[in-house]
Amino acid sequence: MKTEKKRRLRRNTRRSLINYAIVIAAYAIVQALNAGGNIKSSLQGQLVPICAYIVMAVSLNLVVGVSGELSLGHAGFMSIGAFTGIVAATALQAAIPMGWVRLLIAMVVGAAFAGLFGLLVGVPVLRLRGDYLAIVTLAFGEIVKNIMNILYVGIDEKGVHIAALEGSRLVLAEGGVPLIKGPMGAVGVAKLSTFTAGFLLVLVTLFVVQNLVDSRAGRAILALRDNRIAAESVGLSVTKYKLMAFVTSAALAGAAGVLYGLNYTGLAAKKFDFNTSILVLVFVVLGGMGNIRGSIIAAALLTILPEALREFADFRMLAYAIVLILVMLATNNPTMQQFFAAVMEKVRGTFRELFQKNGETVKGGGNHE
Amino acid sequence: MKKFLALFMAAAMVLAMVACGNGGNNANSGTGGNNDQSSTGGNIDGDSTGGAVTLKIGGIGPLTGGVAIYGNATYWGAQVAVDEINAMQSDIRIEYKYEDDEGDNEKAINAYRSLQDWEVDVIYGCTTSAPCVAVAGETFADRYFQLTPSASSTDVTAGRDNVFQICFTDPNQGVTAAKYIAENKMAAKIAVIYNNADPYSTGIYEAFAAEAPNQGLEVVSVSTFSSDENVDFSVQVRDAQSSGAELVFLPIYYTPASNILKQAKDIGYAPKFFGADGMDGILTMAGFDLSLAEGLMLMTPFNAYATDERTVTFIDSYKKLSGGVEPNQFAADGYDCVYAIYEAAKKAGISDGMSHEDICAALISAFTDSGFSVDGLTGSGMVWNTNGEVSKEPVAVVIENGAYVNM
Repeated sequence: MKTEKKRRLRRNTRRSLINYAIVIAAYAIVQALNAGGNIKSSLQGQLVPICAYIVMAVSLNLVVGVSGELSLGHAGFMSIGAFTGIVAATALQAAIPMGWVRLLIAMVVGAAFAGLFGLLVGVPVLRLRGDYLAIVTLAFGEIVKNIMNILYVGIDEKGVHIAALEGSRLVLAEGGVPLIKGPMGAVGVAKLSTFTAGFLLVLVTLFVVQNLVDSRAGRAILALRDNRIAAESVGLSVTKYKLMAFVTSAALAGAAGVLYGLNYTGLAAKKFDFNTSILVLVFVVLGGMGNIRGSIIAAALLTILPEALREFADFRMLAYAIVLILVMLATNNPTMQQFFAAVMEKVRGTFRELFQKNGETVKGGGNHE
Repeated sequence: MKKFLALFMAAAMVLAMVACGNGGNNANSGTGGNNDQSSTGGNIDGDSTGGAVTLKIGGIGPLTGGVAIYGNATYWGAQVAVDEINAMQSDIRIEYKYEDDEGDNEKAINAYRSLQDWEVDVIYGCTTSAPCVAVAGETFADRYFQLTPSASSTDVTAGRDNVFQICFTDPNQGVTAAKYIAENKMAAKIAVIYNNADPYSTGIYEAFAAEAPNQGLEVVSVSTFSSDENVDFSVQVRDAQSSGAELVFLPIYYTPASNILKQAKDIGYAPKFFGADGMDGILTMAGFDLSLAEGLMLMTPFNAYATDERTVTFIDSYKKLSGGVEPNQFAADGYDCVYAIYEAAKKAGISDGMSHEDICAALISAFTDSGFSVDGLTGSGMVWNTNGEVSKEPVAVVIENGAYVNM
């Protein structure tokens, strides 16, 4: 019993470490290629959005895959994070000249606001059984989009001013600048996001999510997903643990929003609509529910894919949909699964042999066959 | 939960397929959906261009998605001009490539980046304001000359010396509308219905509302709608009716406007209607009852019913390219953009081997030169100030017997 537990934990840790390794390796390869000038401008421009979408997908996986609730308004949290982050970064422009410090503060602010709204949404809804979270988050995303569309925010020497409905209601002192202009969105944003910042955010996200899943709380969340009644009967608080997953996910989405928002000089609220929420959900479902590595890969590939298909012009949407369907069929096909399992087993076998040749003690207790 | 999700995903896939179906149709009805046309006009080939300079113009706009009709118009409109210029066999030969941005900021940046990989010299676009602001930020930093046919927000050009507009700015249209209504004594009590989720509509409304009191106009009813709910306007129309407005100002695009006209007629409300340039195109809308638009006034720089030779030729060539779609002012703006770039390039003496930074600087000084003016379909003697805003004569037309008549 004891050894069984030890083995399971180790496998989780190993899986987490491989995820870090994949991300770090991808970063190193891209940076190396970049230094050699081998990356096209079109791919270079997508690096930061890819990082943002990876964070979105991994954080949504925490809700959809790990805690077993369906959230259809993840883009709403991204929106809140993006716009609060932009305001924070711009307001501090004079006080803190260093870009990365402002980016960091903006991310903390964005994550805090998104987390707060996650709490507001989660507290009433996660007490209920069924698909209420899906319905409420769907509405939440639309509400956020429509409110952002009529929100006007400006900054002058007295601080941040907020007005709603009409831009003329935003009264700024001499020298003040309007920052968010309703349907026009944020304009004149100083770009702060870099690929390195995105990479670090992905690592932080992995750290937070993987450690949460591996912790005592994470096991409680998994237990609630698998059998709510049994988990309740041993005294686990449903709302508390589900809320923990949901708020963490919302806060990370907020940070991703800041990264995304500060990557463009202009950002419109209508970007964060239902379609974006579904896009992230597609990353999660295609990568595999609860499978964090799958989310990372799916988010990266499916962000690059439409751009790689640009040459097909109008047919790229069709090609994109076909690729989605093929991937879904392939990953759910028993024959394909067996094939992949066999390939993985072979790869694993090769590694095991290598390790054993390099010394039996490297992975103590690894020879359990 | 699983079942719900399965059903949901199935529905999402179906939607995706439907969306794709539309994309496919677009491609078929268009020029085969091939945006990678490097446009060598009829009789031009490598040999005959001997000493000609090649200028690469990269266009950005929505060819798919909700605002695709405007993007396609700017795409085809510019194509007409490119073909004409290349057929002239002048010193400048234009290569033209157009990338889809779906009306989205992120996609617009991607489109811009892929044009950079194509080694573009001049950026033509974007079609809509919000993506244009994002792209303008990049071109300003990277030093590319940018001319937009239809992104009319002042945020596009504000603080950027390299970005120019061929369309009127939104505030300009709002102020012009207020003056026009007052000077022609059309009405004293005015209702406004605008889209508060659209920067174009909001921009015109705000300038109009600020200018109206100065012109002695009374705005008695203001109601809004958003891009998501633009079918039922009974509340807005009734509000305008009950407030006794004699004129309804509609600074919106023609699709929702057609619904407003229909619903006003249904309840027997017959005020004067006045639109901005987004109204242009209402007469060519499929399934639209032309009698509804009778007496509708709008400000448009382009009159597709004009009989001068240039307009007639343009409409002819355009319809050949677009597969029979009638051009609107977006198309004419696009046409004028290419000619403006061409004239400026000629004036600036662009030569082969110039970097895009040099071309940018040369075109900026050409555009802001006091002796530089362009005659186009949307106005003659167009000149630009250092802000990048155009100055040309505003034109208002009234619809009579299904055609524009200059007022």
